[in-house]
Amino acid sequence: MIRLTGITRTFQMGDQAVHALDAVDLSIESGEYVSIMGPSGSGKSTLLNIIGLLDRPDSGDYALDYRPITDLSETEQAQIRREKIGFVFQSFHLIPRLTAAENIALPLVLSGIPPNQRRHRVNTALQDFELTHRANHRPSELSGGQRQRVAIARATIMQPGIILADEPTGNLDHQIGAEVMMLLENLQDRGTTLIVVTHDRELGARAHRQIGMRDGKVLTDRRNDTD
Amino acid sequence: MTLTDTLHTSFGTVLSYRIRSLLIILAIALGVAAVVILTALGDGARNYVIQQFSSIGTNLLVVLPGRAETAGSFPGAVLGQTPRDLTLKDAQLLGRLPQVRRYAPLNVGAAELSAANRLREVTVLGSNANLIPIRHMQLAQGSFLTHGSAYSAQIVLGAKIAAEFFPHGQAIGQRVRLGGNRFLVSGVLKAQGETMGFNTDEIVIIPIDYAQSLFNTTSLFRILVEAKNHSEINATKQAMQTSLRQSHDGENDTTVITQDAILDTFDRILRAMTLAVASIAAISLLVAGILVMNVMLIAVNQRTAEIGLLKAIGATSGDIRRLFFAEALWLSFAGALLGFLLGQAGSFLLRVAYPQLPAWAPVWASLAGILIALTAGILASILPAGKAARLDAVQALNKR
Repeated sequence: MIRLTGITRTFQMGDQAVHALDAVDLSIESGEYVSIMGPSGSGKSTLLNIIGLLDRPDSGDYALDYRPITDLSETEQAQIRREKIGFVFQSFHLIPRLTAAENIALPLVLSGIPPNQRRHRVNTALQDFELTHRANHRPSELSGGQRQRVAIARATIMQPGIILADEPTGNLDHQIGAEVMMLLENLQDRGTTLIVVTHDRELGARAHRQIGMRDGKVLTDRRNDTD
Repeated sequence: MTLTDTLHTSFGTVLSYRIRSLLIILAIALGVAAVVILTALGDGARNYVIQQFSSIGTNLLVVLPGRAETAGSFPGAVLGQTPRDLTLKDAQLLGRLPQVRRYAPLNVGAAELSAANRLREVTVLGSNANLIPIRHMQLAQGSFLTHGSAYSAQIVLGAKIAAEFFPHGQAIGQRVRLGGNRFLVSGVLKAQGETMGFNTDEIVIIPIDYAQSLFNTTSLFRILVEAKNHSEINATKQAMQTSLRQSHDGENDTTVITQDAILDTFDRILRAMTLAVASIAAISLLVAGILVMNVMLIAVNQRTAEIGLLKAIGATSGDIRRLFFAEALWLSFAGALLGFLLGQAGSFLLRVAYPQLPAWAPVWASLAGILIALTAGILASILPAGKAARLDAVQALNKR
């Protein structure tokens, strides 16, 4: 589970200090499906980056699975990213030189998992995401939906407890976007925490818990009654 | 990230930026090749000179009249005279030293040689039978002053002289006239060409007594001495100097030069030259190093988003640093290897083009070239790799 207390993040824009996050308190249980919505500049991406340990808060505490991690070293944080967190980006962020299979294998390579185990796990992931026939294609030869499936396969290959998705359907058309969301929601059904940042209201409404942000503060925190 | 994976991944990166990698490898390779070829050339020249000296004889000591000393103040020096000449007696004295295997007194002059209605001026060497082995000359036919003929009027003709005077026939046994005296042709030298600027094909050799009377002198031009043992060459030199001083009333008025001393000087000069040329070539490797740095800095900028992604999926700063480091290492390694091969090929071509020049690059130069290339590449990648490792993940990811 994720517990944020008094998280503040300030950026210096010229001579003006911008409060991207202003004393945010937030708890997310394991296995929750949360959407974070708000206009641009509301701090939703910054919040996601801090949860994903890509960014450090200026003040406040962050505990992941009851372990305080704000003061961990850079290397320790990298290890947590590797093992517990999977990122899905709007622009996929695949490495253009590498094939689909190689892109999926990257987190395993970074973790130092031996090649024969890697091959097995990557093949399973390729099957799960219906990418087996595209395994040796480079990203430039894949459709948008396929690219995002590769990115999701990469994010989940280490079986992390948390998936962080930043506008995962932003570069996809409506139908493909819906398919991608189904994939992510399937993962959540199997117990993964899913946090989606979006400004698409329809998309945000699918989440069981919706957090609205404005000016670096949590404005609303609603749960769907249907669940 | 394991070392194997780091090397493998960075190797893939090198391969995927084909043209960029080729160009940078070529730049490094040219630097290494320049070091290898230029040192091959320099060292080849050095060995060529050593060979030339060795062909004159390595155990050779040369006695000159007079003292080769700028501080000396005997009055004759100003007039170009020496107080005492070298004589045959000196030569015989040296010949009796236990360290000396054999000696050859030497007089050099020019005289007219005539035979078979032909006439030309030739360089005349007056000496004894030892001259030929001491100077490493060889007789194609005949002999010189052997079998008790030490005082007979024999003459040995250089290969070209023999061919000029006796184009069809047997030179041996013919009589020739040299400066008024008649000589019996007893031998013909093997054609050797020029060594150290002295063409043995156009000389004649006669016994020293006849030479002295021909040139009307009692003094010697040089005494050539061959030591028994190369390792005792300095002791031999000492003994010769002592012996000569005693016979010259305690006066130090002769100079003994060892072959080694001359050789050492040439060796030092040519080594220094090789080193200087190699250093200049090494500068091109430093330039290649700066090129590697430039290319890697551009690579970091190009791949900023990728670096951000790697950090997001759990790469440490160390992983990123090592990836870029390994990439530069591959480039420098490939460049050094290619350069080494190019250099060896170039040296081979040099040897083919100039067979008498032993243009082999010394091992130290090849190693130094490769090491400098690797070091320059590695040093040059420190800055870019550090820059990549320090990139802020969020900003890197947002850069498109």
